[in-house]
Formats: sequence, structure tokens, C-alpha cells
Amino acid sequence: MKFGILVNEGPYQHQASDSAYLFCKAALAKGHEVHRVFFYHDGVNNSTRLTEPPQDDRNIVARWSKLAADHGVDLVVCVAAALRRGIKDENLAPGFRISGLGQLVETGIQSDRLVVFGD
Amino acid sequence: MTEGTSKKFMFVNRTAPHGTVYALESLEVVLITAAFDQDVSLVFIDDGVWQLKKGQQTKGIETKNFSPTYRALEGYDVEKLYVERESLAARGLTEDDLLVDVNVLSSSELGTLMGEQDVVLSF
Repeated sequence: MKFGILVNEGPYQHQASDSAYLFCKAALAKGHEVHRVFFYHDGVNNSTRLTEPPQDDRNIVARWSKLAADHGVDLVVCVAAALRRGIKDENLAPGFRISGLGQLVETGIQSDRLVVFGD
Repeated sequence: MTEGTSKKFMFVNRTAPHGTVYALESLEVVLITAAFDQDVSLVFIDDGVWQLKKGQQTKGIETKNFSPTYRALEGYDVEKLYVERESLAARGLTEDDLLVDVNVLSSSELGTLMGEQDVVLSF
């Protein structure tokens, strides 16, 4: 099955990003396709490479970057939501790209299921 | 591929218009989805029904009053607006308190409608 993913919450504050990541890992492990992960609302905060969690905690941003590198998952950050929150190309972590909401709609159209992770 | 494909997109609005940014940013997705010629419907449940309340004044909290946008949705061919009856009643609201024409449905009727959608986005 082809999945699209929407992440609406930021890292650490909320479990949404963790759950979305674990869902993607599980889906890929089962042989499903993750077409795209779209980050919206505070979810755009998952994409900043300035994140530095303590050593003994998971690195949520780096984890997404690795997922993109290992499985070619398209990580898209909404431009309007990103600019509101100080996310720009210059502080974007590897594997992420900034684009428009049209990418979310496209994922909704092209995926078999769009799964929303949020509050 | 994307061109010419029309799916049923439902946006489920659950939060008050102010206090969090969900309502404002969700409205942006609705407009883009309509621009992609998709079959768009909006549902307002729980505190989301406040998004449609007439007479919103936001000067005091220094945020944008985006409630007039709901009246402009018709211009984007977004005409399917559903409000949950139970949510209105729980808040002492009636259809007359709302700034647009809506279809008021029961929780179970909304459930049936949700089951008919291709994509459900909840904010």
C-alpha cells in the first residue's frame, strides 16, 4: 500500500512525530511504500538542523533525515507554516525540502491512505 | 497523474478559532485543496463549531479575524459545510449564531459521511 503521512505537531512537545516515524518504519518494514511525509502546523519544527537534544534522548530530526536517506522518503515542509516559525533553507536538516501545501493535496490524491498524526 | 483525479477530501475542524493556530492554517489547506478541483467538505465538531460563530472580535488579542474567509468559501466552490448538532447544543449555540449556511447533522450521520470519504484530515 502507498501511504502519505501528515505530521501536525513539533518534536519532543508531542508524541505525534514519534508515532509518525514509528508508523513509517513499520510500514516500510512490511514492504509498504511511504510516498511522502508532509510537515504542517508546528510539525515544521521537526525539520530544523539546529535541534540538539541531550545525549541520552532520541534525535527526532536526525531520525527523519536518516529515514529519507535510507528509504528515499520525501520529507516536505510547508513553506508558509515554516516561515512563520523561523524555518528556512539555511537551517533545514538533510533530507527535508520546503514546498507548498499543494504537495500535501497531491499526497492525498496519489496515496492509498493519508494518515494524520496530530493532537 | 494528479491532474483530473478528484477525490473526496473532508476537513474535520475540532478546535476553537483562536487559542491555537489550527483553524487558521487549516483554512489554508482547504483553499488549496479546492484549487486542485477536489471534492471538498468541511465538518465542524467540538470547539470547532466556534470557528463559525457570528460577530468575532479579535482586536483585543491582536490576532487576525479570519472568520470572513468562511463566507468566501462559496467562491471557491466549497459549499459542503457540516456542523455536528450535539456540539452546537452542548455550547448553547443554534444555526442562527453561525455566519454561513450549514447542514446540521447528528454525530452518527457525520460518521456515515466520514465513511464515504477518500481523505479525512483532522485539525
